[in-house]
Amino acid sequence: MRPERRRFDALVIGAGGGGLRAALQLANAEATVAVVSKVFPTRSHTVAAQGGVNASLANVLPDNWHWHMFDTIKGSDYLGDQDAIEYMCRAAPKAVYELEHFGVPFSRLENGRIYQRAFGGQSQHFGGEQAARTCAAADRTGHAILHSLYQQNIRARTHFFDEHFALDLLRDESGRVLGALVFDIATGESVVIEAKVTLLATGGAAQVYRTNTNALINTGDGMAMALRAGVPLQDMEFVQFHPTGIAGKGMLITEGVRGEGGYLVNGEGERFMERYAPNARDLASRDVVSRAIVTEIREGRGCGPRRDHVLLKLDHLGEALINRRLPAIRETARTFVNADPVRDPIPVFPTAHYTMGGIPTNRHGQVVAPTADAPEEPVEGLYAVGECACVSVHGANRLGGNSLLDIVVFGRAAANHMIDYLAEHRYHRPLPEAAVEGPRARLDRWDEARGEASVPELRRELQRTMEEYAGVFREQESLDEGVARVRAIREQLELAAIGDHSRVFNTARVEALELVNLADVALAVVTSAAARRESRGAHSRVDHPDRDDARWLKHSLFSLAEGMDYKPVRIKPLTVDSFPPKERTY
Amino acid sequence: MADWQPLRFMQAPGPKAGRMRFSVYRFDPEGDAGPGTQEYVLDDLTPDMMLLDALLRIKEQDETLGFRRSCGEGVCGSDAMNINGRNGLACITRLGELVEPVKLRPLPGIPVIRDLIVDMDNFYRQYREVEPWLQAREAQPEVERFQLPEERERLDGLYECILCGCCSAACPSYWWNPDRFLGPAALLQAARFIEDSRDEACDKRLDQLDDAYKLFRCHSIMNCVDVCPKGLNPTEAIERIRKRMLRNST
Repeated sequence: MRPERRRFDALVIGAGGGGLRAALQLANAEATVAVVSKVFPTRSHTVAAQGGVNASLANVLPDNWHWHMFDTIKGSDYLGDQDAIEYMCRAAPKAVYELEHFGVPFSRLENGRIYQRAFGGQSQHFGGEQAARTCAAADRTGHAILHSLYQQNIRARTHFFDEHFALDLLRDESGRVLGALVFDIATGESVVIEAKVTLLATGGAAQVYRTNTNALINTGDGMAMALRAGVPLQDMEFVQFHPTGIAGKGMLITEGVRGEGGYLVNGEGERFMERYAPNARDLASRDVVSRAIVTEIREGRGCGPRRDHVLLKLDHLGEALINRRLPAIRETARTFVNADPVRDPIPVFPTAHYTMGGIPTNRHGQVVAPTADAPEEPVEGLYAVGECACVSVHGANRLGGNSLLDIVVFGRAAANHMIDYLAEHRYHRPLPEAAVEGPRARLDRWDEARGEASVPELRRELQRTMEEYAGVFREQESLDEGVARVRAIREQLELAAIGDHSRVFNTARVEALELVNLADVALAVVTSAAARRESRGAHSRVDHPDRDDARWLKHSLFSLAEGMDYKPVRIKPLTVDSFPPKERTY
Repeated sequence: MADWQPLRFMQAPGPKAGRMRFSVYRFDPEGDAGPGTQEYVLDDLTPDMMLLDALLRIKEQDETLGFRRSCGEGVCGSDAMNINGRNGLACITRLGELVEPVKLRPLPGIPVIRDLIVDMDNFYRQYREVEPWLQAREAQPEVERFQLPEERERLDGLYECILCGCCSAACPSYWWNPDRFLGPAALLQAARFIEDSRDEACDKRLDQLDDAYKLFRCHSIMNCVDVCPKGLNPTEAIERIRKRMLRNST
């Protein structure tokens, strides 16, 4: 049976903050927009972001975009592209004011302005005193932003394909992207969505690790779709381990806890961050704090009977402040560790959290790939934003509060560029029948029983492999072993079967398709990590402990067909002087 | 690096692991059999594990069991279901709190699509019906609109809703009139905007709700308050709307 065909000007895949911000801009510009999401939009993972969104509003302490830019570049360990970072930091205040106008219920200061808190890696005067740059709605900022953006899209009458799973991009012979093949999870029916322009906004992939802060849906679907379309993934070795996931379980405890004055202690009751970051202490960059925690535990100074975690103390902040600024954290700690942070510390451990790498784009959100002539040629008709993309504003390590900023700034920027693209490309291009066949076969394949390997077992094995061989600290031999193991898992997956061949709400099939995506992304992470022989940001090599700018100040590109390639970092900002790499201390 | 070993967090030995029994509602819309229940037994469970952990383990044994889930920490609202007769989220319900066999049913009063998955279309339609977006006609300032902390505090207890549906699916008035009574979740959203000092459509919103069914089918039974996994109070929110209507009409 031939799948139903639908036509829109623009197709947005993913309904988190990036996708919804872009969809809103497109709908407001009178484009017809389809948003495809495998879950109901407000269940996208943006909903779980806690601490806030960075912008130099200077509501609490002096601030300006240029300081924010410096902090972001330093935080990125100089791997971020300085043109994109300048663009984002300059646009930040306007982007946050827009969110407020959309209805986001930000916490407020006595004078009625948006509340801002301190977060890691923030400074005044290019590395001076701590700044307070993170705009917060208590500790539910992501929820507040996602719901407001969804509400605005209802107003704008955006067309939603809820609980539809995107299988693959559809391309013609020239490589131009013409939409996607999706299927309705509730009925099992496929739908061809034709679009003049397509945006990937599918979020991150920390589900490649066993213990992670991510939702179960964060399986790197868009990244894997890009890989299968021949687009490389950039800087995938840089995976952020959040210093304060609940030990052994992974639920996120926001950096805002430390921003409000909480701190970490080891088994000896010592505030150990003073030794690792004498100035910023607990508010050093996340990579620095995560390494410090793992080092403390390795050296025998962990907490608990097994000395396998550290403690996050916030009881000294008082019940009133905790209830006002960190209510959801209190709820989470009570639920998952049976501890009330008003009295008890929270056991924490670095936990896989954020994918700095992703689908390479320029600052307009256009997906770019190397060609024979140039390192960064736009892929016609394809855009990407947010965690699935790599623009790159986060480089080797993202600052807390910059991910919500990334999605709203580049969601908007990409949509604006797409609107221009639509003006120049007024008609749908013919979609060759053949373009649908490959993606269709990827779906139908799960109706056949090919072998014995089971999807849940392979998923578990993949997640354990990544945790063991590509964790916080890395080393050549184990990374090479990791590459071999992930390759083996991908081969077994070819032969895997599922035990459910029904049509209606077949979640086993969705999970199988997700695992295929996860395995492709895992291969990108571990292969890129094995290739990069230096330590930079979140990528810590015990066998290459120093940053090596002479050889490695460059972006990694991993593709399924060709393996590793590299391209230069864009060191030149838009208008100001470049920040040259220098030693990074906090 | 000879001393280098991968490091991973090992869970400290917790309370004694044990066996638990689950009785789960099953419905296959493509099969010939009608709805029924299926028994599952799991070993090595601990009281501090969450019900979602158990469901994920059941799913590994029986891939045909259908349920929604995503964040696993009570913020996305996907895994609402009826647990031993009470609506709640599987991901924040501790196994240790549950009597056996643990009876899992879809949210009551809502059409079932498959197993524990219900059709939320009507619920979402009612959410949209209250026009849940900030409506302001004045020109937007070039910075944020000011809102005092005490004005912002009026939104606490209203804006945190995760649209899980536990409340509406626990409301007898909603069961009787799902097409005409908006239900606690949609009314909580209405209150969230009525109470927002930045919203300029308060009167219009009150007029739209002034109907024998939309709002006034609420009889303050308070099941919604009892089950809300976020500790919100839709009954009180509805009461606030009523009081405003009263004030407007006098």
